[in-house]
Amino acid sequence: MFTLLTSLKQLVDIITGSIVFNPTLANYKELFTGYRSNFSQLVTNSFVIGGLTVVIVLGFSSFAAYSLSRLGWHPLPREIILFWLLFVHMQPPIVFIGPFYLIARKIGIYDSILGVVMAHVVLNMPMAIWMLQGFFESVPKELEEAAAIDGCSQFRTFWQVILPITRPGIAATAMLVFIFSWKDFLFALTLTSTPKGMTIPVGISTFVQAYSIRYGEMSAASFIAIIPAILLVVFAQKHIVKGMTLGALKG
Amino acid sequence: MKLRWKIKQPLFKYWAVVPTILILVVLTLYPVLQLVRMSVSDIEYVEGQMEWTFVGMKNLRTMLKDSVVPVAIKNTLTYVILVVFIESFLGLILAFLVNQVKRFATAFRAILMLPLLIPPVAIGSIWRLLYDYNYGAINKILALVGLSGPAWLANPNLAFPAVVVVDIWHWTSFMFLIMLAGVTSIPVGLYEAARVDGASEFKVYWKIVMPLMSKTIIVGMMLRTIFAFKVFDQIYLLTSGGPGTTTEVISMYIYKVFFGQFRLGYGSLLALVLAIIMVIFVIVYRVTILKVGKEV
Repeated sequence: MFTLLTSLKQLVDIITGSIVFNPTLANYKELFTGYRSNFSQLVTNSFVIGGLTVVIVLGFSSFAAYSLSRLGWHPLPREIILFWLLFVHMQPPIVFIGPFYLIARKIGIYDSILGVVMAHVVLNMPMAIWMLQGFFESVPKELEEAAAIDGCSQFRTFWQVILPITRPGIAATAMLVFIFSWKDFLFALTLTSTPKGMTIPVGISTFVQAYSIRYGEMSAASFIAIIPAILLVVFAQKHIVKGMTLGALKG
Repeated sequence: MKLRWKIKQPLFKYWAVVPTILILVVLTLYPVLQLVRMSVSDIEYVEGQMEWTFVGMKNLRTMLKDSVVPVAIKNTLTYVILVVFIESFLGLILAFLVNQVKRFATAFRAILMLPLLIPPVAIGSIWRLLYDYNYGAINKILALVGLSGPAWLANPNLAFPAVVVVDIWHWTSFMFLIMLAGVTSIPVGLYEAARVDGASEFKVYWKIVMPLMSKTIIVGMMLRTIFAFKVFDQIYLLTSGGPGTTTEVISMYIYKVFFGQFRLGYGSLLALVLAIIMVIFVIVYRVTILKVGKEV
């Protein structure tokens, strides 16, 4: 609420600290149309990066999660894969920054949307696989058996029986992946240097400069940045608790 | 028909996983190996080309002599211990309260969940504004009662507590969600039986609920500890490790070594040491989970 109020206040108001409240959208206007501002591009980047990350992560991890949770893996290889995912999920992101920076430079995706997507895929894959496993495990085994008796291949069972009924879980996972990509700061900060690949959080941090902080625009941008979180909580509260407390699952 | 079924059965199991494993190898295993290689090298950026020189243990010796490293480790550990204990305590209390006030539980949960989904940078910027010496709400409120507030983030004694407070605001929700899952799994009959037997409300929680919650609390605290080591975003926005080195944490310092001083080799060594410490934590955690068999 405080953010919203501040962002609506004019910069002058902030500096004089006047208590008289004068709502205005000037900060938002400046943010999107000001000649110094490239914020609209950052918003687009954030959406494109989030979207691509969701597609890539879910495209791969839904298959992997299904296979790992339902298709009778020997415990050892399964545990190795799960442990590695946990390891990646729990490492401080700073551990991956150095290598990612060099890789991105080397293959020429530094300071581009693709570079950030690469990092966000790593950031989200473990969470997605872990969450989806939980959803697949909740499907009754009888469904698969019935499909098998009807002569359905495993792929078709997965594609035409399992996927449709786990759709709410998959949607929740997708939304959470999007949010985690949307809120990431460190990867987007270190893998970009110009607005070409920058995301909203990096944009917000640029409002904090050494001697002056552009509070008005910073707050306006912050408010825009928290909208997806609000929408997610309103629409998918129930499903995302597990994803956020990930790792506390037995697996 | 039968034959195809038999051939396809095992195949799908593997090809469903192989692409993911390939991605993990290329984007996580290879970077980790790269990190090891970087940590024993000097990397210079000359005319658009990376120049690697093998320097062996030189980076390690630099680390042992670096006076900021012990400070960053001390700060990080203090930070982790403080936030884990305070947030666990608050999370537990909140979970008990929400569990009792059944009527608004869903709404409470939704509101408490929000901080976890907001970009940490936005949280940092909100608090930066709240803490501001001239325009911040905290100092304005203090001014109303006739006190002149300090420069929260520029004062070496206050900056650290100030960033801890932000973390508590941000992450208590996480402990709350885990604790709530634990509390709600305790059958209501247990409390009632104890009350019927004349146990005081405090005793019900201390003697009956707490022992049942102990697994959840341990798992939650371990998990939070691992995540607390990641702290970077808010510190970057609030203090950037300053004033001086009072809020310098490990991730912040590694970032500075990488991108402030452009010492990719040395930064990688620090990152590698951090990664090794975290592996130990993750192994302990995983073993505990498998033993305790706790599902939150």
